[in-house]
Amino acid sequence: MKVSLFITCLADVFYPKVGMNVVEVLRSYGVEVDFPQDQTCCGQPAFNSGYHKEARESARQLIKAFADSPMVVTPSGSCASMIRHYYPDLFKDEPEWKEKAIELADKTYEFSEFLVHVLKVEDIEAKFPAHATYHHSCHMSRGLGLKGEPIKLLGQVEDLEMEDLPYCNDCCGFGGTFAAKMSDISEKMVDEKIKNIESTGADVLIGSDMGCLMNIGGRLRRLGKEVRMMHVAEVLAEGGQK
Amino acid sequence: MSAHPLIFNERVDKALADPILKKALPLTQDRLRGGRINAAEQLGNVEEWRELASQIRSHTIANLDSYLEELVTNVRKNGGHVHFAATSDDAVEIITGIVKEKNAKSVVKSKSMVSEEVHINKHLEDMGIKVVESDLGEYIIQLANETPSHLIAPAIHKTREQVREMFSKVAGRQLSDETTELTAFAREKLRQEFLQADIGISGCNFAVAESGSVVLVSNEGNARLTTTVPKVHIAMMGMERIVPTWNELDMVVSMLTRSATGQKISVYVTGINSPRQSEDSDGPEEFHLVILDNGRSNILGTAYQEALNCIRCGACLNVCPVYRHIGGHAYGGVYSGPIGAVLTPLLGGYEEWLELPYASSLCGACSEACPVKIPLHDLLIEHRKDEVEMGLTPFSEKMAFKGFSFATSHPSVYETAVKLAHSGMGFLAKDGVISKGPGMLGGWTDVRDLPQPAKQSFREWWKKEGKGRNQ
Repeated sequence: MKVSLFITCLADVFYPKVGMNVVEVLRSYGVEVDFPQDQTCCGQPAFNSGYHKEARESARQLIKAFADSPMVVTPSGSCASMIRHYYPDLFKDEPEWKEKAIELADKTYEFSEFLVHVLKVEDIEAKFPAHATYHHSCHMSRGLGLKGEPIKLLGQVEDLEMEDLPYCNDCCGFGGTFAAKMSDISEKMVDEKIKNIESTGADVLIGSDMGCLMNIGGRLRRLGKEVRMMHVAEVLAEGGQK
Repeated sequence: MSAHPLIFNERVDKALADPILKKALPLTQDRLRGGRINAAEQLGNVEEWRELASQIRSHTIANLDSYLEELVTNVRKNGGHVHFAATSDDAVEIITGIVKEKNAKSVVKSKSMVSEEVHINKHLEDMGIKVVESDLGEYIIQLANETPSHLIAPAIHKTREQVREMFSKVAGRQLSDETTELTAFAREKLRQEFLQADIGISGCNFAVAESGSVVLVSNEGNARLTTTVPKVHIAMMGMERIVPTWNELDMVVSMLTRSATGQKISVYVTGINSPRQSEDSDGPEEFHLVILDNGRSNILGTAYQEALNCIRCGACLNVCPVYRHIGGHAYGGVYSGPIGAVLTPLLGGYEEWLELPYASSLCGACSEACPVKIPLHDLLIEHRKDEVEMGLTPFSEKMAFKGFSFATSHPSVYETAVKLAHSGMGFLAKDGVISKGPGMLGGWTDVRDLPQPAKQSFREWWKKEGKGRNQ
């Protein structure tokens, strides 16, 4: 099986290890991974800010970059949701591009989604002794409807003790440019999220969107608190998947 | 729409610094959230209900002209008077006209957001008319001289202690914190007001076109007294609050109460068909229906048309994490929360309401909770798009996204930018962390640290090492 990795701009620049771990886990299942170098960003920052003309150019580039890929896997629920839900609509006035957008939308998978629904992984062989909780990012859980998938994977990791996160449906306050534009509101949201994370007693917060983890982790660091942020792929890879 | 004294940021700052809001609001929000979830679980197939409710509302709005005509014909046939108000001012003129004609001295009201929208209380009070709100929550905020901060729980921002103090002042004696004592006092006080009022003003949860009826959903019985005791009843409705027949009413009222409070049905659902008939033992001598446009018809046929599907249940407010922290007043308009952020700029214009569409992290909780499936967070993005296209966004932001678009559509430029990110931001970083960033980054670093871009990006790693390991 061949897939292309869509790294996402955040992971490319800030969290390359997440990408390396995704590659490692996929390869451990015999998946052949390639990385089209012409990929950039999905365009969501521009799209969510209302700059749709600008977002369309980013989208066009991504569609071109993955034109020859049989499947695309990305370690972000948010970016996958952008492609799946908003790309076809972005090109509603350009039928030819709309068709290509739908094609990309149909072959793009979020990391956990790919493992559970395409690879049908039932045999995680990882061991990661930690006390952890999981952050359900909004675009992953609501946008893509993926809630059980990462939990199912993490549930198979040996010695990983998972706690339920109270108010897990509430946004962490990231929201892309929202975090910078409305930073005072965002601050209250992330502080409430942190209060809930702390109530679980977890040492590790696992997620599927590095944007949220950058927000929560950045606030925790500012407050001098120590909870480790990890992507699902990092847990599986560090846990020595196969 | 509203002559609010503060600008958006100041209103937010004020709300965030309010310890009472912080204490009072999440408690009630949690209770309402829980109620809706339980009600949805009881239904079992809530998604089918939402779909059906959405179809009913969309169909009604798409055929609003003919249903309005049917409604008006039937109200008049039943002996009621119908008035169309194109604007807020028109509505005020119509209502103050009736009040003058009847030589009325006092008005009792049951809860109505449309009456808040046109600020009818202030206009009546300016004429020397005594106005009393009879819904408990509305009565509380009237005493506090405030506006509602929630669609269905207008005093959600108030604590029991505050209510005790206000009621004690009116009572002239110290009341206790007991709910029964506080409500008993309000009941006793309001009963006098009902009996002496010349005119009753109510809202209208739904008007039924086929029979020309106004339907009111309430829990306190005050809506029934408001609409039966005074000699004149004026009902105010937004022009979109209509259902074709009683069959659809059944569906939407059920969704309204389940989504609002989690009740299967409210304590009272009142259908008013006409003024008092000869065989009736009570009821008003005159019935007036004021149908308000006030910008709504401009929404028809636009990308925002689904916003008119709203049944004012408040579910979007109850799940909104932004509303949770800033409360209703910070939004500045009559309608708050996600639906307020969508509706207020439509009714009042971007000039005054530029920031509202940005008061959301686009988490989508609102769209998920909406019983009539309004894509609220998508409509907020639509607003942002319109603001961009109208040239209302800051120059620096426009330039930033032009640059973003250029870089992301030119892979070589993008690659260079990624390569330079680590060293380029190096002067800001200490121990791999940026604590004070310039420009837009400043908003981020005011609250949290930002990691320094990695020394080696993923794409560099891939070129050097990652690729080779494949086979």
